[in-house]
Amino acid sequence: MNSEDSAMSRFTRIVVPAAIGVVFLGIWEASVRLGDVPLFVLPPPSAIGASLVANFGSLMGSLWVTLRVTLMAFVLAAVGGIGLAILFSQSRRIEMALFPYAVVLQVTPVVAIAPLILIWVGYDRVELAVLILAWMVAFFPILSNTTLGLRSADHNLRDLFRLYGASRWQVLSELQLPSALPYILAGMKISGGLALIGAVVAEFVAGSGTGAGLAWRIVEAGYRLDIPRMFAALFLLSVLGITIFFGLTWVEHRLLRRWHESAVRREF
Amino acid sequence: MTSADAPRPPLLTLTGVAKTYEGGTVALSGVDAEIRRGDFVSLVGPSGCGKSTLLRIVAGLIGASAGHVRWHTSSGARPADVGFVFQDATLMPWASVLDNVYLPLKLRGIAFDKARPQLMDALARVGLADFAGAFPRELSGGMKMRVSLARALVTDPPMLLMDEPFAALDEFTREKLDDDLLDLWRSQRWTVIFVTHSIYESVYLSERVLVMGARPGRVLGEVEIGAPHPRGPAFRRSHDYADHCAAVSAALREGVRP
Repeated sequence: MNSEDSAMSRFTRIVVPAAIGVVFLGIWEASVRLGDVPLFVLPPPSAIGASLVANFGSLMGSLWVTLRVTLMAFVLAAVGGIGLAILFSQSRRIEMALFPYAVVLQVTPVVAIAPLILIWVGYDRVELAVLILAWMVAFFPILSNTTLGLRSADHNLRDLFRLYGASRWQVLSELQLPSALPYILAGMKISGGLALIGAVVAEFVAGSGTGAGLAWRIVEAGYRLDIPRMFAALFLLSVLGITIFFGLTWVEHRLLRRWHESAVRREF
Repeated sequence: MTSADAPRPPLLTLTGVAKTYEGGTVALSGVDAEIRRGDFVSLVGPSGCGKSTLLRIVAGLIGASAGHVRWHTSSGARPADVGFVFQDATLMPWASVLDNVYLPLKLRGIAFDKARPQLMDALARVGLADFAGAFPRELSGGMKMRVSLARALVTDPPMLLMDEPFAALDEFTREKLDDDLLDLWRSQRWTVIFVTHSIYESVYLSERVLVMGARPGRVLGEVEIGAPHPRGPAFRRSHDYADHCAAVSAALREGVRP
């Protein structure tokens, strides 16, 4: 790839979308002002920015609450999902016995279970309930992807490991886990986004009990018809989701770039 | 050096070895064969004749349904060290060339620093000393195969089992690797069992060719090659070579029932 091409691709990848964004915001601002649209129907971007600055302290506090729950749910989902998948890979029987329940956990809509979890955990520990709900949503993609990945190791390599008398542990650590790494990372990318969605949905259901997360700020702003603040909180949620996605994409690229087809840059 | 020096003691005797897979497919029926120490034996035959199955039975990767595999070793078992080379290079894509070659020693608990001279030596023997840090995807098909070969010989095994190792390579690379393999075989005194579907390759490489037929898989006959070493392009052009190829070809045709 020559420098002209790479300048071109940077231009098309960053400058063009950014320019479209600026134009869009400009049209939004202009049409709201010229059309005299009330603030509680659609606030102009400038009002949203002002609200973000004015409520910066409380919104950042809420961002931190939601971020903390999301990250904890994600880490627990990764540890639990990978751990359980390893257990499955060691015993087909355990897998057959437990996998259906993992599926039940996955297919039951989190909004439907949320009230029950809240009652069980108690309204005095809402944050724990939110964490459990976010975890339930984030857990399954990592479990199913890791299970698939651990099973996808090259069968000739498996034979080779057997031929050299490798132990179960060696097969797992030297063959199955590295083979599964691209699958695990793909699962984590899905789960990262789902953990955030789970946290937001759980906060909605928990309602005023949390009183702190970004989702609750949105509900609260809605009650007060403070639409600019609603948009500001929504904007922060988007930024959080985008950051999680790109963070995990970066980790994936770092870990796979030397060997996996998905991460290797090709020249055509 | 010729194959006519002292008779080699047997290493392995197969008696009535048969394999029926689940579902009733008969891969092998009643194979008798003897492999001698230092032998270079090719198994040649059409696809489905069970040559790979036979190799896997010898390696101990699968069991025979009937018959005996008898090892003439002090332990009566397969030598602990057996190099195995698959049709594709079967490298770990996430590991460098050096780490791939290190695998057999690593699985044995040998520290990397201690293994390093051995690894570099194995890579030098296949002509890849300069590529230790490369990753498999950065190598050509022939080079990957060389890494696979280096991995198989890093433990200095007395025996090498090769399952159509060069079948997927282009003709030129294949002939080069055939020559390199023969050089290694002559210097290392391995016992080699080499599975191939190429008559020419089997004749060029082997001391003996076991000709196999399909449905059911069985040994149709044996062709003694016994041409002197080193074998080079001159051997490929000789009448001897053409005669042996014709003999193997004739034995193969006998196995094809109308």
